[in-house]
Amino acid sequence: MSVPPHRVHDQVRLPGEQLQTLIEALRLLGYRVMGPKVAEGAIVYDELTSAAELPVGWTDEQKGGSYRLVKRNDGAAFGYALGPHSWKKYLHPAVHRLWKAKREGNGFEISEETPEVPKLAFLGVRACELHAIAIQDKVLTQGVFRDPIYSSRRENVFIVAVNCSQPGGTCFCESMGTGPQATFGFDLALTEINVNGRHDFLVEAGTDRGTEMLQKIPHEGATEKEKKTVAEIAAQAAQHMGRQLNTHEIKELFYRSLEHPRWDEVAERCLNCANCTMVCPTCFCTTVEDVTDLAGTEAERWRKWDSCFTADFSYIHGGSVRASRKSRYRQWLTHKLATWIDQFGSSGCVGCGRCITWCPVAIDLTEEVLAIRQAGSTDSAALPTKEEQ
Amino acid sequence: MAQKRKPKLAVWKFASCDGCQLSLLDCEDELLAVVGAIEIANFPEASRAVINGPYDVSLVEGSITTPHDAERIHKVRRASKFLVTIGACATAGGIQALRNFTEVQRYVPIVYASPQYIQTLNKSTPIADHVFVDFQLRGCPINKHQLVEVLSAHLNGRKPNTPTYGVCIECKRRGTVCIMAAQGAICLGPVTQAGCGAICPSFSRGCYGCFGPKETPNTDALSRWWSDHGVKDRDIMRTYRGFNAYAEAFRRESEAHEK
Repeated sequence: MSVPPHRVHDQVRLPGEQLQTLIEALRLLGYRVMGPKVAEGAIVYDELTSAAELPVGWTDEQKGGSYRLVKRNDGAAFGYALGPHSWKKYLHPAVHRLWKAKREGNGFEISEETPEVPKLAFLGVRACELHAIAIQDKVLTQGVFRDPIYSSRRENVFIVAVNCSQPGGTCFCESMGTGPQATFGFDLALTEINVNGRHDFLVEAGTDRGTEMLQKIPHEGATEKEKKTVAEIAAQAAQHMGRQLNTHEIKELFYRSLEHPRWDEVAERCLNCANCTMVCPTCFCTTVEDVTDLAGTEAERWRKWDSCFTADFSYIHGGSVRASRKSRYRQWLTHKLATWIDQFGSSGCVGCGRCITWCPVAIDLTEEVLAIRQAGSTDSAALPTKEEQ
Repeated sequence: MAQKRKPKLAVWKFASCDGCQLSLLDCEDELLAVVGAIEIANFPEASRAVINGPYDVSLVEGSITTPHDAERIHKVRRASKFLVTIGACATAGGIQALRNFTEVQRYVPIVYASPQYIQTLNKSTPIADHVFVDFQLRGCPINKHQLVEVLSAHLNGRKPNTPTYGVCIECKRRGTVCIMAAQGAICLGPVTQAGCGAICPSFSRGCYGCFGPKETPNTDALSRWWSDHGVKDRDIMRTYRGFNAYAEAFRRESEAHEK
């Protein structure tokens, strides 16, 4: 057996300008490279043809209900936290036609969609996003109902993670145990280092194809000192989380807080606009719509992102089960942080903070959890916590 | 299969700009399919030919602003099996419902040289205030794809896909960056019904609320957010006083900021 030149998980140093080589190498292999670029006043994910399109010299300032692009005084390409988009827009498309049907005599004939599955490479995936992808993998590919659209798109993806050096004002991956360092789920993981004004990358391969890719790109050995900086950057980033969330017995907390007065209070502020669910990298709900042509000879079924914040979402015979804003917010947060654990074996939250930043009125789940926790539960049937026992 | 009689469609105009009924003519790609599926029996913007009622489907554009129209709408209702109101005027009173917040007689003499000839009601009201409406299609103007969807759903005996949720969902599906969060823009998207495809935010302009209030709109919380960020009551009031000013949720919210 031949020994691969670089062990998986060994760090090498990639000179900054070789990022272009990486993009070109991926494109040569037929990948469309999706990564961060500046558009519409934010860092969004879009197709990259060149490293020059990366948000070099830009960062973001985030707080509840607010996101601003700000100039950096260095040439960092990944010196921002996270933008409004998540990778689910590629893996779990927002709008998708499922099938078409044509009337044939008294019946109809269905033609299934066989869309070309794009071969995608993701560049700049954060640790929290790797966890989010892993959660959607579990929900959409590992259950009884395997989603063929997600599964086929997911199989092909080449993932280049970039470790987070500058968490945003609404980040709390440290609390959720999902970051800031990428530990799994990537083909390559990059750490951007600034050495005397030069922006180089320490690179670790996580898979064999990552190792193979690395062979195509000129790189140098990393010094022991440089290798240590990866952990140092992660440790430093972990100390700069904009938010914190205490997850201690959080499932039990929510299960005994269904009638907590805080739900009424947050319902006063909640717009039930669904932005939190749309930007959430783990929210996966969809609806299907059937359309027909005027003559009634052709029909189509479309799948679209949906949200538990709409009345239609819980509409059954006789009306909407969750008619009030209170019941919709409670459903979302309780699912995200508590029932998700029973359903899928982990929290549904990765601490990316997008729901806080992109809530038009800055509703902050970390504050809501704190309020519910501090006030304790008012339910008479409350389960005592360990501390109370 | 025996050729079914084509359903007869009529288009009626009340106080309006004609923009919504023109959406029907604007259905360029679908227009041949439309006339293939229905008989256009009365549509003054398209043809002078008038076929007598009753009509299978009536599209009613415009609001009720005169005593004459308040009577005429009942005739339209009696001649129509399925009556669909189209546009902000017909569904909420339109921009002309701004008169509802003042006294129309105060400015009639300013506008007209011979005000004695002007017979107008003090309020501009939606069609549903006068007759039973089978389906309301929102928008200023309506979205032509939604119009075709409503017609084709009706012709095929199914429920139309005209969602009542907010514009934000359309923004997010198309990947538009939120202009409230990223630019601090004033945007009615979070309280406005979807249907336009979130056009304005994609051009970095806040939603004008053309499709009226969405289901369970929390206008109070949205206004409070603007107030807390220095927007004056007068500007908040004006934000809600657009094409759907007289729609219940927007009317109440604008009145709360009037003084």
